[in-house]
Amino acid sequence: MSAVAASRRGKRAIKPSTVLVTIAVVAVSAVVLLPIAIIVLTAFKPVAEVNAFPPSLFPSEWTLDNLKRVTSDLPFLRLTVNSFVFAGGVTAFALVFDSLAAYALARMDFTGRRVLLIAIIATLMIPFQATLIPLYQLVADLGWVNSYAGLIAPRAADAFGIFFLRQFFLALPRDVDAAARIDGASEFRVFRSIVLPNAVPALLTLGLFTFVNNWNDLLWPLVFTTKAEMGTITSGLTLLTGPSGIVPHGVMMAGSLIAILPLVIAFLFIQRRFIENIATTGLK
Amino acid sequence: MTAQHPPARRYRPPAPLGGRRGSRRGLGRRNLRAFAFLAPALVVLGLFVVWPMISALRLSFTDASGFGREEWVGLENYVTVFTDPDILNAVLNTVQYTLLFTPTAVLAALGLALLLNNPHLPFRSFFRTALFVPFVISFAVAAFAWSYLIDPQVGLLNYWLGGLGIRMGNVLQDPTLAMPAVAFVAVWKLFGFYFVIFLAGLQDIPASLYEAARVDGAGPWSRLRHVTLPLLSNTMAFVLIFAMIAALQAFDQIYVMTGGGPYGNTQTMVMEIYESGFRKLEVGFASALSYVLLIATLLLSIVQFLFFGRKEKDLS
Repeated sequence: MSAVAASRRGKRAIKPSTVLVTIAVVAVSAVVLLPIAIIVLTAFKPVAEVNAFPPSLFPSEWTLDNLKRVTSDLPFLRLTVNSFVFAGGVTAFALVFDSLAAYALARMDFTGRRVLLIAIIATLMIPFQATLIPLYQLVADLGWVNSYAGLIAPRAADAFGIFFLRQFFLALPRDVDAAARIDGASEFRVFRSIVLPNAVPALLTLGLFTFVNNWNDLLWPLVFTTKAEMGTITSGLTLLTGPSGIVPHGVMMAGSLIAILPLVIAFLFIQRRFIENIATTGLK
Repeated sequence: MTAQHPPARRYRPPAPLGGRRGSRRGLGRRNLRAFAFLAPALVVLGLFVVWPMISALRLSFTDASGFGREEWVGLENYVTVFTDPDILNAVLNTVQYTLLFTPTAVLAALGLALLLNNPHLPFRSFFRTALFVPFVISFAVAAFAWSYLIDPQVGLLNYWLGGLGIRMGNVLQDPTLAMPAVAFVAVWKLFGFYFVIFLAGLQDIPASLYEAARVDGAGPWSRLRHVTLPLLSNTMAFVLIFAMIAALQAFDQIYVMTGGGPYGNTQTMVMEIYESGFRKLEVGFASALSYVLLIATLLLSIVQFLFFGRKEKDLS
């Protein structure tokens, strides 16, 4: 349909149904983007306006007061660093460990490969929420509560990443690594110099996916950190609401803006490939 | 080509999964090498996924409470899960949340994918990105923003809808509206993911099928019913189960928006696991509840796996 339609496009007048579709998509996109707009615009609103009635979308004047207050109400710099260390650490370890394991499963020949693959896929089905209690006890026994080790180590490899990369490695052509082996390259050399450079798109997608999931996770830092200064941005912001019932919306939106900014920027940079790779997860 | 190279250096493709007969020594070396690649990931998965899973099973049959000695109590914790009114309430709330979230998110994603698949639509890639953006934003931040938008006093959305004659009142304190509200935030956050999966599925449908249908006189509605939807059924099944599994794990936005209230109306299983396991330190009981969650997830995953396992050629 699309090829035929495209070839006709220039010649035909715009169909009324296309106008309707466009209007519908614009309307839905506006609703979807509204919370993001409210975060950005409220972050720069004067405090009086944030809680004014009737509410307005745009600030009458732009101010940095909310951003200043969020950095004084919370150890915000520390939380940002924690978020980067936690999400970045998990991502770095998981990419290395997952790609090593995926390489063995996709390209090496060893006893028990099939059983191991099935076992790894089976752990994919276990929600982390279900193992959280013994996991916490284990991390506590290791003395890792309130430490980066406790946040990062349990997620230093994950079944999803292994499976995702394995599927990608399987699809890579094999003639170059065959040639490299003939030239006497070791297995690790083939992995590092041939397979990994060809897997950059998959590694970027998995990396961003892992980073985003960990940066955004709330339950994990809530469980493994008990001190406010060891939390992440995501868990730290929840401390501002509390049961008092009074929510400082301006400060919350300023904190939220800082929390989403690195992700949205990273996402916009590699969004096209990211969306396409994510769209085929699990299906291919 | 094989004949040109000495056998020792010949590239050996991975063996068929049944195994291949080879020299004992070569096999041992290969196993050792493969193990070196696998070891780091296996240690992490074994220690932090498999061991806690076994440990949770053991704890679920005890009255472990964080202090003192734990006693074996048999199935008592499991009986509590299905008889204690508060816990049963959390289980039923999770079911209700799943029933609210799954169809809404999947239909929204499918509908938008169908709209975006229209080749005449201007700025398609812009809209695709815009609709996907919520997926990279955390549940917590989504919950802050939506809570502000529907705030009964100063919420912009409340104000706008009020102008249209729709009065929502204090949604998050309203026993009937609180659950739809927290489910809606999850729809907002996750539908973009399902949407791009549908979009990829739609683009895999060969254009020739639509042409054939058109030649046979099928209108747009009939093409949707008899070409698009049947060919999308695999994608649909995958997304449905994915969405249900996500729904079973609902926690973040509920923790932020309602804390399980009002009157326990948005208390879900994971909220209950967190509270009983980490606040009340009823470790044994929370482990039993964890296992109920685990088994529910596992059943859904197995359905998914059986469904897609047939297509996984390189596993069979």
